[in-house]
Amino acid sequence: MNSEIMVEARDLCKNYGTVTALDHVSFSVNKAELFGFIGPDGAGKTTLLRILATMLKPDTGTVRIGEYDAVNDYRKIRNMIGYMPGKFSLYQDLTVEENLQFFAGIFGSTIKDNYYLINDIYDQISPFKNRQAGKLSGGMKQKLALSCAMIHKPDLLLLDEPTTGVDAVSRKEFWEMLRKRKEDGITIIVSTPYMDEAGKCDRVALFQNSKILSTDTPENITANYGSVLFAVRTSNMYTLIHDLKYCPTVRSAHSFGQYIHYTDKEINATMSDIEYYLRGKGHSEIEIRQIDATVEDCFMRLMLND
Amino acid sequence: MVNSDDIIIARDLVKKFGDFTANDHLTFSVKKGEVFGFLGANGAGKTTAIKVLCGLSYPTSGELTVSGYNIYTHREKIKQNIGYMSQKFSLYEDLSIVENIHFYAGIYGLSNKVIRERTEELIGMLDLQNVRNKLIKDLPLGWKQKISFSVAIFHRPSVVFLDEPTSGVDPITRRQFWQMIYDAAHSGITVFVTTHYMDEAEYCDRVSIMVDGKIVALDTPLNLMRLNDSVNMEGVFLKLARQ
Repeated sequence: MNSEIMVEARDLCKNYGTVTALDHVSFSVNKAELFGFIGPDGAGKTTLLRILATMLKPDTGTVRIGEYDAVNDYRKIRNMIGYMPGKFSLYQDLTVEENLQFFAGIFGSTIKDNYYLINDIYDQISPFKNRQAGKLSGGMKQKLALSCAMIHKPDLLLLDEPTTGVDAVSRKEFWEMLRKRKEDGITIIVSTPYMDEAGKCDRVALFQNSKILSTDTPENITANYGSVLFAVRTSNMYTLIHDLKYCPTVRSAHSFGQYIHYTDKEINATMSDIEYYLRGKGHSEIEIRQIDATVEDCFMRLMLND
Repeated sequence: MVNSDDIIIARDLVKKFGDFTANDHLTFSVKKGEVFGFLGANGAGKTTAIKVLCGLSYPTSGELTVSGYNIYTHREKIKQNIGYMSQKFSLYEDLSIVENIHFYAGIYGLSNKVIRERTEELIGMLDLQNVRNKLIKDLPLGWKQKISFSVAIFHRPSVVFLDEPTSGVDPITRRQFWQMIYDAAHSGITVFVTTHYMDEAEYCDRVSIMVDGKIVALDTPLNLMRLNDSVNMEGVFLKLARQ
């Protein structure tokens, strides 16, 4: 195995009864890479992270982490990973500090040894270090869980939806912190339903219905969108989405905040073509710009398979 | 100024827990049929405020009327005239779609005849004929969210409170969900919504941003962007939400 690779998953399948959670999933993650699984709830992200964390065996397929096999060498792997599940799983009746000591202790480490890794997030919860973990607010629980997952300085950090339900400001701070840990040499795999977070990763796998739709750098994913994309706004947004969706040459029309993102089946369609059509529908104050696709545009195109 | 079109009128609303002030003199009003975005960082006091607005807890001081009813004297009336939906608590997983609808409609005291008629209307509108007797737990998340919203407005409340309704939903379903929100607003239902998706903040008619228990900004998304010199609501939020 290439020594630059930290995780290599081949052809993973996992079913729960008649429900398929993973359908022939393959990917690899390089050392010190920040790798994102981007997709909605129910896509299979949690199942995949549990397999990587050796908490679950795949039905078929193999996973190697470093030089170890995820099924046969799970004890070795558990020493080298830090895993933060999507559901809060720390000891509710231990205090903040006791939880942290416990997780450092079972890995034969101390808080002092690796404090620099958690410094910027633990600082924010240390005023509450004597409070029981179960009595923390949601945001603080998340910060504590992340601290506990990192305090033994893992080679590989597995984070299952660490930012779900977290506000935009805290999410931004969180990603800045992850970037620093990556620079410390830690490989990080993170799952998220927020499409805009794809841009914070080195590479992403877009995940939907138990399958990977695409794996690449966010820049390459958006560069390969494949059609000219327009952002359109008029004085009547309620009728605009309807009028664009029923335009005879429409390929796609989706709301994006104050604009509608529109693509046309005609490769040569111009802004004045669209403007002409919208004027005919009675729209005024028409604003049309050509824009670069976002990861969310690409995800929807792949989902709809058009 | 009291406008009869205002469905929610809050004046100097304060909610304290011991010496901690969760809501600090909130003053705002929400019009009939308006889509009102209620934004703020985690811990800013949004959930506390929503509980008060829904009649689940009394304010410490201040005035509040919802749908014309005073919080201190007609709390039960408020509960009957609102709808509520959150990501966490929505439908009973081990009841079928139709059983869930009947259960909620029954709680709001609708007659059997009305329940029957509206159930058929809803099943038709959401195209659920073939799955009507399926258990909720066997449905994809996106469907659950749409059904959950429909159930929350089944008794035709004057205002519906949506607490992070689209969290974790795929981008196509998220947009379909917002189309349902617009349709409800066009039918005259006031929509009061919290979200962490900043593009969704731009879909609202007006948005308030809460910081440390106070409302620090309240305006149309466009005006907020202009005032804060930002091209989108994400920029506005990042600028205001952590002061």
